[in-house]
Amino acid sequence: MNATALLLTVAGTIGMALFGLFAGLWFTGIDRVLAARMQARIGPPVRQPFIDLSKLLVKQNVVPANAIPWLFNGAPLLALASAITILLYIPMAALPGLPVLGLQGDLVLIMYLLLIPGLAMVAGGLASGSPYATIGAQREMVTMIAYELPLASTVIAFAWKLAQMNVANPFSLSTLAATPIWTLVGPVGFMGLLLLLATMILVVPGELGRIPFDAPEAETEIAGGLLVEYSGRNFALFSLSLAVKTIVVTSLLVALFFPWNLTDFVAISCCPYLASAANAAFFLLKLFVVLFFSVTLVRISVARFRITQVVDVYWKVLGALSIVGLLLVMVDAYVR
Amino acid sequence: MKLSQTLGKSLWAFLFNSGSCNGCEIESVACVTPRYDLERFGIKVVGSPRHADLLLISGPVTRKMAPRLKRVYEQMPEPKIVVCIGTCGTSGGAFYDSYTLVGPVDQVVPVDMYVPGCPPRPEAIIDGVVKVLARLEAKENAAS
Ligand code: SF4
Repeated sequence: MNATALLLTVAGTIGMALFGLFAGLWFTGIDRVLAARMQARIGPPVRQPFIDLSKLLVKQNVVPANAIPWLFNGAPLLALASAITILLYIPMAALPGLPVLGLQGDLVLIMYLLLIPGLAMVAGGLASGSPYATIGAQREMVTMIAYELPLASTVIAFAWKLAQMNVANPFSLSTLAATPIWTLVGPVGFMGLLLLLATMILVVPGELGRIPFDAPEAETEIAGGLLVEYSGRNFALFSLSLAVKTIVVTSLLVALFFPWNLTDFVAISCCPYLASAANAAFFLLKLFVVLFFSVTLVRISVARFRITQVVDVYWKVLGALSIVGLLLVMVDAYVR
Repeated sequence: MKLSQTLGKSLWAFLFNSGSCNGCEIESVACVTPRYDLERFGIKVVGSPRHADLLLISGPVTRKMAPRLKRVYEQMPEPKIVVCIGTCGTSGGAFYDSYTLVGPVDQVVPVDMYVPGCPPRPEAIIDGVVKVLARLEAKENAAS
């Protein structure tokens, strides 16, 4: 890698990090306002997450007496850094130079990387020496194991289909971005893909630890769980990493199921900058729609599951659903 | 940036029951219902004293709860605000002079604002919180 390429990658990384932080916080604010409106409340201002963040940064940062300081302080940094790293691999709008590390990395790498922010939270929780955080950490690990089955089945279905169509690099994300999966299947496979889409929409709140899958943080029973001992700057870093992860997980869903750009439908040929801007706006719109249906709507409609129910839902219901979807995609390849 | 500016727009509250009859809890939880909607002002109820800026104490501190109240107060990160809700936390109220009490609240932790009433209405609780923020601001202005 020569010097200019390296410089571009570094600049791209900083840009993506800023984009992830700002977009994540804005989307969190929009989510809070929409949730309030659905409950017939007025709700906080949209920039409330920014105010919360600046307040947390001026608060005292308590390290409990029986915590392990280096792990307790390091875990929030690791969570934020790993969340930003995933952002570099995920294909977004068709903008020049995106994704920053687009040529490396594939779906399997992203599945592994997605575990790291969760694991960092587990490590931080265990290092804080609070029994509530220990319970929260155990629940977080159980949740991670639970949503991995439907997520893996979906990824397998995609890779299998692409491999069966003799596309080169079936696991690669740029392949996925270039070939929308819906165009490759017949009616039976279409049904299968719909099932997989429904599964993924319900995997998103689990990944983000939102209601109904927020048993690891359950405030009313284990007082904030994993994050119970975190305050001030460390807590701010964790909320930032959650904001970035919101963008990561929703754009993963968008990249898998809705990789189209606005320029695929409307030809904007007058100037390339306008086309790029339109694509970026279209991408943000897609993120918003996904976020609305998989986070806001879900968390307003239902209450929290118990941790045993979380496993039941993910393995029995969504696991079965995603495997049926995978089978339908496979059957589709032979009946056409 | 002034502290009261950020704190006033994003106040996270922790409810502490030091032996109350639950009347004051019902009224303070009513503050976050759609009718009063304290989230409009960025106020939200959190589950851990480590996340809290505002400690809402109800009840006349009983013998068992006094050490817990002190610990919860000490666990909160600086800067912190304490508001005592209800007559029984202010003076003993209905439980005045009981052998089970070590309270009222200000015998155990320092209090910034008292909200009288048995139980106080949600409007009164909101008013108490607004007043304590105004006082914080005035104190900062005097210091600078
Ligand atoms: S002030 Fe009245 S309502 Fe409130 S806790 Fe005391 S006795 Fe109950």
